[in-house]
Amino acid sequence: MKDDRYEIRFGGSGGQGIILAAVILAEAAAVYDGKKVCQTQSYGPEARGGKSKAEVVISDHEIDYPKVIQMDLFLAMNQVALDAYFFDFKPNGLLLVDSTFVEQMPTSRVIAIPFTRIAREKFDRELVANVVALGAVGHFCPAVSIEGLEKTVLKKVPAKTRDMNSQAFLAGVEAAQSFDLSRLPRSVISDEEREV
Amino acid sequence: MARDQNGKTRLLQGNEAMVEGALAAGCRFFAGYPITPASEIAELMSVRLPMVDGTFIQMEDEIASMGVIVGASLAGVKSLTATSGPGFSLMQENLGFACVTEVPCVVINVMRGGASTGLPTSPAQGDVMQARWGSHGTHPIIVLSVSSVHDCFEITVHAFNLSEKYRIPVVILSDEVVAHTREAIVLPDRKKLEVVERIKPSMPPEWYQPYEDNSRGVPPMASFGDGYRHHVTGLVHDAHGHSTQRPEEIDAFQRRLFRKITNGFYEIQMTKSMLMEDAEVAVIAYGSVSRSALRGIRMARKKGVKAGLLHLVTLFPFPKMAVSGVLRQCRAVLVPEMNLGQISREVKRVNTSSKVEKINRIDGQLITPEEICERLREM
Repeated sequence: MKDDRYEIRFGGSGGQGIILAAVILAEAAAVYDGKKVCQTQSYGPEARGGKSKAEVVISDHEIDYPKVIQMDLFLAMNQVALDAYFFDFKPNGLLLVDSTFVEQMPTSRVIAIPFTRIAREKFDRELVANVVALGAVGHFCPAVSIEGLEKTVLKKVPAKTRDMNSQAFLAGVEAAQSFDLSRLPRSVISDEEREV
Repeated sequence: MARDQNGKTRLLQGNEAMVEGALAAGCRFFAGYPITPASEIAELMSVRLPMVDGTFIQMEDEIASMGVIVGASLAGVKSLTATSGPGFSLMQENLGFACVTEVPCVVINVMRGGASTGLPTSPAQGDVMQARWGSHGTHPIIVLSVSSVHDCFEITVHAFNLSEKYRIPVVILSDEVVAHTREAIVLPDRKKLEVVERIKPSMPPEWYQPYEDNSRGVPPMASFGDGYRHHVTGLVHDAHGHSTQRPEEIDAFQRRLFRKITNGFYEIQMTKSMLMEDAEVAVIAYGSVSRSALRGIRMARKKGVKAGLLHLVTLFPFPKMAVSGVLRQCRAVLVPEMNLGQISREVKRVNTSSKVEKINRIDGQLITPEEICERLREM
């Protein structure tokens, strides 16, 4: 069986919109790109605050285990979620952080973009930080098309906020375009891990 | 919102797919009380039912919810309630009433962690025996389980069909992982779905005996208001529905309730075998854990272990034919569960000689493929 799972984790605190971001990514991959997807989440009983994570597994084949086994991409929207969920990376997996809230990086293989600051300064609404981040995720994630992702964002947000969300998404893509993945340090992989 | 989208790919949560399945099966009545992780079912039902001339009622508690769906079904409407462990405990009394009065209805229990209030947002499989034996006394019941969004749709349709066909409550056990996982699904064309309706009496009203035995053991069911006199009681009753103390009537009544399920055993017993052709060891699993099991088996096969999966959809009546086949074929079977061993004991009751091993987690976390793979390599 060919294994082509692309696995993404979103971490943040309740209210940052990370579950919505994961749902949008999953819907784009499923509806626009015709992929198989599984989107899951874990969260505490509180509605705001606390730490929460949402995950998306994307594949061309039927997905057995619905949760992330090893991450290809991890978006951490704050330090608490980064510290809690920074494990199970694939070799050369990509860490993407909101540098507005994340100060201590666990690795040098990281892309730091101030999603919340961009949302605050450009749109005067911290609320759209998740859509800015989604633009960057869309840019780096090969398992989903950027056009489908943008269309899904616009479908999922209230009509009144479409323009702002569209610009927020593009701001995220733009911020991501300034990074060259090939210039990031590579993961150090032991022979043992290589076998996996 | 989500109308007339059959044939298109949609991203649905397990809970949402159960609503779609219920509506496709003809459910037009929902009564319930919100509870994590089952609330989305009630939430979506409250939006969708009025659109199809159905009725949604938020009740004061789960005792009343269960009572009301029995009443709605007696009036001829396919009815549903959904809850989680704490609410399911409250439903047991009226669930037993539905078993004895042979009222078709479907109860969804989205299992969450722990006893009592427990862990509202974590998965578990602790209510398996409660689903079978939670209500007192000798009574039959059908218990099904779901493991994916597709299952949530398909098994919910099956549940209504079995319930109508055999005049028996059907419990669907879901869990927090299945309930909240979103997956792509293309809902089938409604016209192509098999939907079963209960058999209604065709004789003149004065000839109707509401609990008269027949070859199937399932008497035709008149709805309130159809003009057929019809007494409904939880007391053990005779063919007319009146309470009886006569041993021969009591025995005939109680055995008929079981006979109708035994007659339909092969239809009710639903299991799926995967990678079993050459399997020497097998995993027997249900619910979200069956997905970890399939992954674990594939990992084990890469390491040279000939492992297979028997995925149980029907939990009760226990699918002993399928399980017995696997036990005869394999030298050992593994039963992973998010409880301390409920189905594993049922497997042992079927067993003759092969080894039955367990993996049990009760920490609110889904059993992982690695855990299953590692154990399979040791077996």
